[in-house]
Amino acid sequence: MLCQICGKNEATVEFTEIVNDQVKQLHLCDYCAKKKGVEMEQHFGVADFLAGMSGAGRSGQGPSLKCDKCGMTFDDFQRIGRLGCGNCYASFRESLIPLIKRIHGSTRHVGKSPKEIDKADGSKKVPEIQELRRKLQQAVDREEFEEAARLRDRIRELENKTKDR
Amino acid sequence: MTIGDLWGQTGEWLKGTGPNSDIVMSSRIRLARNLAKYPFPHWATSEQLEAVISDFEQACKKADYFKGALFVRMGELDNLEKQILIERHLISREHTVKSEHKAVLISEREIISIMVNEEDHLRIQVLQSGFNLHDTWKLADRIDEELEQNLEFATASDLGYLTCCPTNAGTGLRASCMVHLPALVMTKQVGRIIQAIGKLGMTARGLFGEGTEAYGNFFQISNQVTLGRSEEEVVDSLGKIILQIIEQENAARNSIFANQRLLLEDRISRSLAELKSARLISSEEALNLLSVIRLGSDLGMIKGLDRNILNDLFIQIQPAHLQMKQGKALSAEERDAARAEFISKKFNI
Repeated sequence: MLCQICGKNEATVEFTEIVNDQVKQLHLCDYCAKKKGVEMEQHFGVADFLAGMSGAGRSGQGPSLKCDKCGMTFDDFQRIGRLGCGNCYASFRESLIPLIKRIHGSTRHVGKSPKEIDKADGSKKVPEIQELRRKLQQAVDREEFEEAARLRDRIRELENKTKDR
Repeated sequence: MTIGDLWGQTGEWLKGTGPNSDIVMSSRIRLARNLAKYPFPHWATSEQLEAVISDFEQACKKADYFKGALFVRMGELDNLEKQILIERHLISREHTVKSEHKAVLISEREIISIMVNEEDHLRIQVLQSGFNLHDTWKLADRIDEELEQNLEFATASDLGYLTCCPTNAGTGLRASCMVHLPALVMTKQVGRIIQAIGKLGMTARGLFGEGTEAYGNFFQISNQVTLGRSEEEVVDSLGKIILQIIEQENAARNSIFANQRLLLEDRISRSLAELKSARLISSEEALNLLSVIRLGSDLGMIKGLDRNILNDLFIQIQPAHLQMKQGKALSAEERDAARAEFISKKFNI
């Protein structure tokens, strides 16, 4: 029997596929079976991993959290592995932050942001606190801990100031 | 400009110019951005997706960078045209699935491409020839700023740019280089290097071929983490890793050249002979043979081959490009024959 995909090589593998509850039997050659296997691996993508990883985020009792802007629930996110809108980050914050920490090893953005741009003249204004966070990261990377401690204190000071305001 | 025009030209990133372009074929920056007003594409209604496209189109009209660019809705393209864009690295495979409400903008020299309504509302890509990460990042940064003048992006002060998948949140930046590492593959060192790269928060995968296979010895090296590191830091550290890879590949090339010269000459002349005389050739086989030829040309063992032409061949022998040339759909065997004929003409001069 010839392979049912390429129709060229001798079929050596029996492949069972279930698509939308329909069971399909395929007789494939080694090459096409391997290709199918790769497709399946790719199908199990980042979303599936994320959905699994965020599992610990919920108490398991009571209704799932819901984003008030787009209507996505945290259950939806766990199922799909994708968020519904920018506001979901705020709506699911408590459960997302540990997940983000696990993915990136950090929960603090230190790169550019649109607010840096003063639209009147197009020049950049980097907020002091972001610049300090960036320097802190660099100091930690270089293992300059005294400098890091100084920067950390300065960041705390600024953070408290914004809170008081 | 139409897709047909693209197919006939050599993309800027294939020109084989720029620093270290023997080993680093191209440098790429990708930024993920979303419009604050609308849900992410997979969660948005048809009307909202159409609004994203029209907001983006309006913003583009005001931006200088996109003069003369091609803006096309994916739904207007046939399968072959979509495949051409994938083969030219201008869109992702995902962007061709369910093409309704998706669009792409491609700049004249194919340096800039922006996918609209892929996983995120906007996926901005800048692709340049050679080892050129910093300039590539700077251009992406300017395009981002220009779009920001007219579009409000979804951001949060602590998490940066908000993306559909949390793995891209923060900078939304993926920086990558396509590297050609035939000597590291020949000396069986490439596995060790890919492992080491993984430990440094970077990832390597084959450029052509499926899954983890790397036909033609091309690899794409990119950053994983998008939060907690600034764009410049990410570009810097990827650049440093690429520099070391260049060093290692050069060392392996020198060692083969010095110690296994005859073996190398044998492989090069056999590859050349096969490319010249094959009547049927699969793309996997062609990519692997062309890789050896590219190495031979880099080492000066084959004379008179322009890197520009060689790089372009890697794209021109892909299925959709071959079919576009023939002006019709071809079966797998017809493609193998067309490919063999095309290649042999290039080498039998």
